This record gives sequence, C-alpha cells and structure tokens, in this order.
Amino acid sequence: MAAKDELGRRGEVLAVAHLEALGLEVIDRNWRCRQGEIDIVARDGAYVVFVEVKTRSSTSFGSPLQGITPAKLARLRRLAAAWCAAHSGDHRWVRIDAIGVLLPRVGPVAIEHLPRIF
Amino acid sequence: MALGRTHAVSLLGLRGAIVEIEADISSNLPSMVLIGLPDTALNEAKDRVRAAATNSGCPLAGRRITVNLSPAALPKHGSGFDLAIALAALAANGTVSSESINAVVHLGELGLDGRLRPIPGVLPAVHAAAQAGFATVMVPTGNAEEAALVPGIRVVAVPSLRDAVIWHGGAFAPEPVEPVLVSVPAEPEEDSSDLADVVGNEEAVEAMVVAAAGGHHVFLLGPPGAGKTMLAARLPGLLPDLDAQAALEVSSVRSLSGLPVGGSLARRPPLEAPHHTATAAALVGGGSAMIRPGAAARASHGVLFLDEVPEFSSAVLDALRQPLESGLITIHRANSVAQFPARFQLVMAANPCPCGQYGPRDSDCTCSPQVRRRYLARVSGPLLDRIDIQLRVHRITSAQMRIGDENPRVSTEKARARVATARLVAAERLAGTPWSLNSQVPGKWLRAAEFRLSPAVTASIDRALERGGLTMRGYDRVLRLAWTLADLDGATAPRADHVGRALYLRKAMTT
Repeated sequence: MAAKDELGRRGEVLAVAHLEALGLEVIDRNWRCRQGEIDIVARDGAYVVFVEVKTRSSTSFGSPLQGITPAKLARLRRLAAAWCAAHSGDHRWVRIDAIGVLLPRVGPVAIEHLPRIF
Repeated sequence: MALGRTHAVSLLGLRGAIVEIEADISSNLPSMVLIGLPDTALNEAKDRVRAAATNSGCPLAGRRITVNLSPAALPKHGSGFDLAIALAALAANGTVSSESINAVVHLGELGLDGRLRPIPGVLPAVHAAAQAGFATVMVPTGNAEEAALVPGIRVVAVPSLRDAVIWHGGAFAPEPVEPVLVSVPAEPEEDSSDLADVVGNEEAVEAMVVAAAGGHHVFLLGPPGAGKTMLAARLPGLLPDLDAQAALEVSSVRSLSGLPVGGSLARRPPLEAPHHTATAAALVGGGSAMIRPGAAARASHGVLFLDEVPEFSSAVLDALRQPLESGLITIHRANSVAQFPARFQLVMAANPCPCGQYGPRDSDCTCSPQVRRRYLARVSGPLLDRIDIQLRVHRITSAQMRIGDENPRVSTEKARARVATARLVAAERLAGTPWSLNSQVPGKWLRAAEFRLSPAVTASIDRALERGGLTMRGYDRVLRLAWTLADLDGATAPRADHVGRALYLRKAMTT
C-alpha cells in the first residue's frame, strides 16, 4: 500500500473515532460505486451524514480542508444520491460533512470537523 | 464575533471615496468571497491576500471568508485594497485588534511574499482620507514620501503585511524585509531653455509674456524653422511658481497617472506636448473600468502644447473645447462620472500650409489655395474662437539676427518678474471675485458698469464687431487681452492703444 493511501486510511480511522465520540453511528465505510467512493456514512438522529475525510501530514501545501475542492464536493453530492438509491431506509434528511485530519510525523494530531458544508 | 472592519479609498478621477471593508468568517470550506462590485484586478486580491498572509506567517482562518466592500454600489478597481482586505480578514479571526484597524485607512497592494507594493494615486487617496476626518493612514514604504505630502494626517509606512499586523498589536516577532520601492527616474534637469535664446521675433516674445501674464491661450502660425516650438517650450518658464493648492493638484494627477511624485510637491508648472497622433482618450482621459487622466489633465496649471495642430484629428481637438471653457474635464461612464482639473494654458503651433512655405515671401510654396485653406480649416472655428492670442511667427532675416545680437534680449528671469508684477495687479483688481487671472474673467463682468471702457477706447473693436470681424466671444477676449496689456504696462485701465494691440494679437492670423 502506498504511503499516501496508508495516511488516508489512518486519517479515516481517526475520523470514525471522532464521529463516534460525538455520538454518531457509523453505518458504512469506503462505499464504492462507479462514480467513486464515500469515505464514511453515518447516522445522526434523523440525518444520514456523508463524510469526506481529507488527511495531510503537514500544512506546507495548505490545511487539509483546503484540499476539498468544489469538484470533489460536487462528486460527493452525486455519490450521496447514489448511496441513497442503493440502500433502503429513511433518507429524508441528509447532510454532507467534511473532516480535515492533520497527521504530522511528530506532534499532536489535529482534527477539524465542518458540519453541513452542502 | 468573527467580524473585522477597516477602511480604504476608492478613487474616481481625483476624488476619493472612503470604502468600508468588512470580513466575516463562516463555518464552511476554506475560500474567500469578495462582494461589492470589484473589478478583475481587485477580485484577484482573494488569491494574493491568502498567499501573502500564509507567507507572512500569519495565515488567514481556514474557513470561508466573506469580504464586503461598502458602499456596495460604488465600482471599485485596482489592487490598492489588498492590505485592508488582509487586515480585516485577520481581525475577523482575532490575529489583530479590531478597534485598531477600524480607526485607520489602509492602502497598498500585496505581493505573494507578503511585502507591500506601491500603488498609483496615493496622494489623492491620502488627501481624501484626511478630508474624511481620519487621523492615521497606513501606506507601503514605497509610497511613504508621497503620502507625507498631505498635511494633517499621520502616515504609517510599513514594508510588509507582517509589519502591519505587528503595528496593529499582532503578537509576532518582526522579520526585516527589503521594502519594495518605486524606481524613481533621474530627476529631469532644471529647464535650461531661456527666453534670451530666441533671436529676433521680439513681437512673438512679447506675445508669450502677455500670454503668461494673463493666462491666455496662444496659436502660433509660421513656416518651419521660425521658432514656434522654441517659443512654446519657453512659456512654462515664464509662469510663476505654483501655489499650494495647484501644486497638490498637479502632483495628484501625476500620482494618478502612475508617474513618480517624489518627496516634494511639484512647484513648477508642467509642460505636456502630446504627439499629433494622440486620441481623444489620450488627450482628455478615459478608459472604461478605471478612468485615467489624459495629457490635458496632466497639463493643468501648466502648458498644453499641441505642435502641428492641423495634423491632430478634428474630433480630438474639439474635445478640448469644453475643458477650455470650464477648466474641468468631466468624463461620463454608465456607472460613474470622473472629473479632472484642466486649467491648462493651450499653446498650438501650425505651419501655414502642408508644405510650410506659404507666407509673405511665398515663392517656394507649392500648395494650391484650396489645399491651403483646407489645411488650416482643420482647426475648427469654435476652437479658434477660444484662443486669445493668434500670432504669425516669421523666419528671421540676417539683418534681424545682427540687430538681435547687438540689442540686449529679454531673459526668462526678467520676463518672469514682469509677469509676476502684472499678475499681482490683476489679482488685486479681481480680489473678492472667484478669478485671479484676466483670462478667467467672464466678458459680462468686464462690460459691467465698474470696469466698462469708454467708447473712445473701444472704438476699434466696436467697429470690428459691427462688421462681423469679431464674434461677441471674441470681443470679450480682446477686452481681457487689453487688460493684461495694461497690467504689463502699469496702466490703471486699458487705453486705445492697448485695445488696438490686443485686437492685433488676436486677429493676426487673418491678415
């Protein structure tokens, strides 16, 4: 596994822990379809929450959240619709969150959680 | 409260309007939104500001930052808002003190490295800030000298965004940087041309002195080599030094044109000599997004010299008619109106015909009468009507040259002293009126009871008016010229010979 994939996977683990600490129930992870992949799907009360996790090891190229581009966000919205179509259940309320994880080689881990970005 | 507020100046012509800049941070993905009618250069501030802040070591909040430029309906242009936008955004996340930046006007463009670059138009912008009652203005180091010319406002010059942040109470250690300075071209040498260089042509020299004393416009007509350009170039030397208000205006227009202003206000009247291929926009100013001053505005309080005037396009020349009357250039655009000063003295020079040889000794002229007439007709009647002095300049003969060498010639210094005395007399007479020069006085005022000349004095021009040789406007202009001649002679009022000479100076072209 490439170093950057490993970094992303560790970031997602941290994000799941963060969401569970907030009381969300993670119902799906790394769900794939032809259009791409959703990192985390969670349930927060009535809401189905689609979470994009972006992990970086340093801020030399900007903060992790700066890596979530408008194009990525648009794809996430299409993926959310695809996920809802593929799963039965109550999907009346959905929202998209972004989680930026900063995983430096040394020093503390920083997690930024931006709810309702779309 | 995730809100920062500060001020900058938006320039429209020479008038500056205070623009309030607010920045708000909202919980969303990092981005910057700029609202309030920015133009392209200003909209790119988003990218400049974020990069400059990061590279200065005081990054902006990693959230969505909305920057509002208010009043929202006023179009804003240029890169001079960068510093204010950066500080408002930094105040919104608490990096700098909100109260501190709110009391200061910020001007300056940011480089990606966080250094502040000088901007054009600092002088009028700082002036506007002082007028609006602000006590402090922050400018790039490269503009410090220029900003300091405005009295009554404290100027803080900073080389970089980091230093600006520190000045506003940001807890950072100073990092010395090389400030970006404007490249100042070598100071042009003091104009060395002297009126004494003009050999012969005493009549024309005297006409230039009259023009300088009364602020009259001049038309010089003569063959190539008669010394028209030489005479015109010596007119600014005859004018007195600019007063404080005029000097500020001249320097402001220079600043707005992006020309270096230096550490002191321009004290000598400017000379602008645009080439005859100039467009109307180049001459009076123009531009769609940002309205820039033209040569006529830069020549304000000085001399606008149009050489080979029939070669100019007639539309361009006629664009000068309205500024000649009002002393103001007003440029209208769909969303704004810009005004520039245009109190210039117009000097035009022309050959009498396309080959240039036509004159009293016209043996060499190869032009047909038709061609000749058409050539000078390119200068429209209404424009010519506004020119007080219309003079024919002749080539000098060897005899004149010899006489000229024997007799002492008028030097610029002596002539300037005469001009200053005459202007003083005129200013005393015009005290209590809005005018200070004879050329500014409306004819109505000259023909009113107090200063009306006796019919015996004005007999020659009364007759010319009757015969149709003079228009009413022309009549008034002869009167003004007669007053200037009287002022130069130290007479209390024009006599018949002053009026006669004035008429001659005005009508020389047709004889």
